[in-house]
Amino acid sequence: MTYKNIIVEEEGAVGVIALNRPQVLNALNHELMGELVSALEEFDRKESIRSIVLTGSERAFAAGADIKEMSDETTISIMLRDNFATWDRVRNIKKPIVCAVSGFVLGGGCELMMNCDIIVASETTQLGQPEINIGVIPGAGGTQRLTRVVGKHKAMEMILTGKSITAHEALELGLVNKVVPVELFLEEAKAMAREIAKKSPVAVRLAKEAVLKSYDASLSEGLLFERKNFYMLFSSEDQKEGMKAFLEKRQPTFSGR
Amino acid sequence: MSKENESEKVLLTEIKDGVGVVTLNRPDKLNSFNDELTFQLQDALKEMEKNKEVKVIVLTGSGRGFCAGQDLQSRSISQEMGERPSLGDSIRRRYNPLITKLRRMEKPVVAAVNGVAAGAGASLAYACDYRIVAESTSFIQSFTKVGLVPDSGSTFFLPRLLNPTKAFELMLSAEKLSAKDALAYGLVNQVVADSEVLNTAMELALKLAKGPTKAYALTKRAFNKAVFPDLEELLEYEASLQEIAGRSDDFQEGVKAFVEKRTPAYTGK
Repeated sequence: MTYKNIIVEEEGAVGVIALNRPQVLNALNHELMGELVSALEEFDRKESIRSIVLTGSERAFAAGADIKEMSDETTISIMLRDNFATWDRVRNIKKPIVCAVSGFVLGGGCELMMNCDIIVASETTQLGQPEINIGVIPGAGGTQRLTRVVGKHKAMEMILTGKSITAHEALELGLVNKVVPVELFLEEAKAMAREIAKKSPVAVRLAKEAVLKSYDASLSEGLLFERKNFYMLFSSEDQKEGMKAFLEKRQPTFSGR
Repeated sequence: MSKENESEKVLLTEIKDGVGVVTLNRPDKLNSFNDELTFQLQDALKEMEKNKEVKVIVLTGSGRGFCAGQDLQSRSISQEMGERPSLGDSIRRRYNPLITKLRRMEKPVVAAVNGVAAGAGASLAYACDYRIVAESTSFIQSFTKVGLVPDSGSTFFLPRLLNPTKAFELMLSAEKLSAKDALAYGLVNQVVADSEVLNTAMELALKLAKGPTKAYALTKRAFNKAVFPDLEELLEYEASLQEIAGRSDDFQEGVKAFVEKRTPAYTGK
């Protein structure tokens, strides 16, 4: 498939998607989001791909939603258009997504980042939810996901003042996993994705599913869910191979079966 | 550009052979900062940072001073002085962005300290990567003279660039540190005859401009992390403390005495 707003590449078992609307700092419009979801779902279905890297440019991962596109919407029109249905599909991607961010990660950009599983940030990253400055609030999960990650008080500060934070602050808050020099953020994310791609894709899939369950479920429900996924893996060839290799003191080769 | 225009501009910039020269140009005020100069300097540094032709920056002053810090008689400041001013916000807007830019921009900045560097003007020199200094120059931590605390990064730079013992002494005494002593303490790179400051700085800058500038950039990044890791945090802290000092009776008295050219009568409040 050919895309206008994103660049899609495969590097071995790692699928790489780069947002590419440089003239508008990768503002997320409908077309871009549509393309992004198609590309993500295609990687999700493709067996040779085991992990995904999502990135933007050095200057901006994404500076937010495309405001031009929505400034004339009404309550009814925006509700009927239901753009967030696309976002829900990002959430349903089963393969792990490593997000490589740099520069502006604002509004929808920050929310898209929080839909990913692991985040590598460059030292020059600025993250924030500035929606309040234009008279609205985050609409793609910002109030919920940011709060779950950084806690109520810091989330309130960011969402109510609209002020952005630095990469190092984000690291302290646990909002990103790692901060590296700007020249290396994409490579570092790819290295992390390659590392994950070496594991059993079945185990990785069930692990991601179980971790995400903790967002929605009570502890006892989550524990039960985890246990069932754990038991389920004992019907996989990868479990047999993994444990055998461990006992034989060699590296396992996972087939994804 | 005609000479007449040049003398009206408070900041001069010139790009030559990869070197961006920035000259503070309020010689009759020892290049002290009024708002015009402060904000023009902020913009000029931003532009020099972006401009790919500029590999190295030289920062200097015209006339007999390098920079005497805040111009206490400039209009905007005296307006703010009417009531108890918010010095914290003033520093956050005026000086902290300058200091951060000088430290964070990944190009070497050579200060050609042609004359006295006082208060925020001294901080400006400390924030640069090299200090080439005229022999008649002195550095002054002038803040306590008017009942203020050192700001614009000087509480951060001085203990690291010379040593904590001497740094604290200088901060409380507000006494001059001569070029010769500054060299002995390792605060400056080189002391030269007054007439040679700019030439020497330019020579160094031109040499650096021909060097492996990407490696220099990465070196400055590593150096910042090693020596000035919490710069932004400390600048913010200094601003908060200056906010407190700015509300004090001693500061009111200090400025009044300065303007009236008499010895202040401090009360410690």
